[in-house]
Amino acid sequence: MTVVGAALYALIGGGALLALVRLARGPSLLDRVVATDTLLVIISAGLAVHAALVRDPTLVPVLVVVSLLAFVGSVSVARYVGGMLLRSRTGDGRDLGLPVAAEETEGRS
Amino acid sequence: MTALADVVAFGCLLAGAVLCLTAGLGLVRFPDVLSRMHAGTKPQVLGVLLVMVGAAIRLDGWANAWMLLLVAAFQLLTAPVSAHLISRVAYRRRHVRRDLLLVDEFTGTGHQDEAYRGDEPGDAPPEHPAARPGG
Repeated sequence: MTVVGAALYALIGGGALLALVRLARGPSLLDRVVATDTLLVIISAGLAVHAALVRDPTLVPVLVVVSLLAFVGSVSVARYVGGMLLRSRTGDGRDLGLPVAAEETEGRS
Repeated sequence: MTALADVVAFGCLLAGAVLCLTAGLGLVRFPDVLSRMHAGTKPQVLGVLLVMVGAAIRLDGWANAWMLLLVAAFQLLTAPVSAHLISRVAYRRRHVRRDLLLVDEFTGTGHQDEAYRGDEPGDAPPEHPAARPGG
């Protein structure tokens, strides 16, 4: 039992440390967003593993909050990066909006 | 019966933990944003599902099981949305190693920005080869 617990914590801790390495080294902001998303998922998996090992259901509502916060954080940072366009094809710096599908562009030209 | 349930639960927990470790390895070793996202979404869906099944078996009681099912459902609903947003922005902001792509249906259709100042990664290949300094 304790051996399995130690192996579980070692695996999850190793994954979290490697995600932290990418979070520190990541050359761009989007790499860091992906790393943060994965890190939050790994943290929630660690909380669930702890709750399962000690049979303590106190941490279960925290998992709901963490999973929702991960979604809100990654989506808001992704939209912020998408708004950082300096000069787009519309010429006035506005966002292009949704990209047109490829077959739609072919039919237009 | 409880011993069998414990074995099944620890099997699920171990599989989820291994997926967490592979996600970390893929995040460190893969070359660009899309492939890192491919590695990072492994524990987001399958790993979280396995860990939640294991925890629901260990924490007996329907209230905990329903709340863990809620967490898994949130992950299944929100992971595609955030992945879509991040990959769309990554494609348009030159975070994608286009020389590693096998199929790129968006080439020359104007879905990239024309100005790249800002947040492109340091190892990104030049988009227009004529604009390379000294080339």
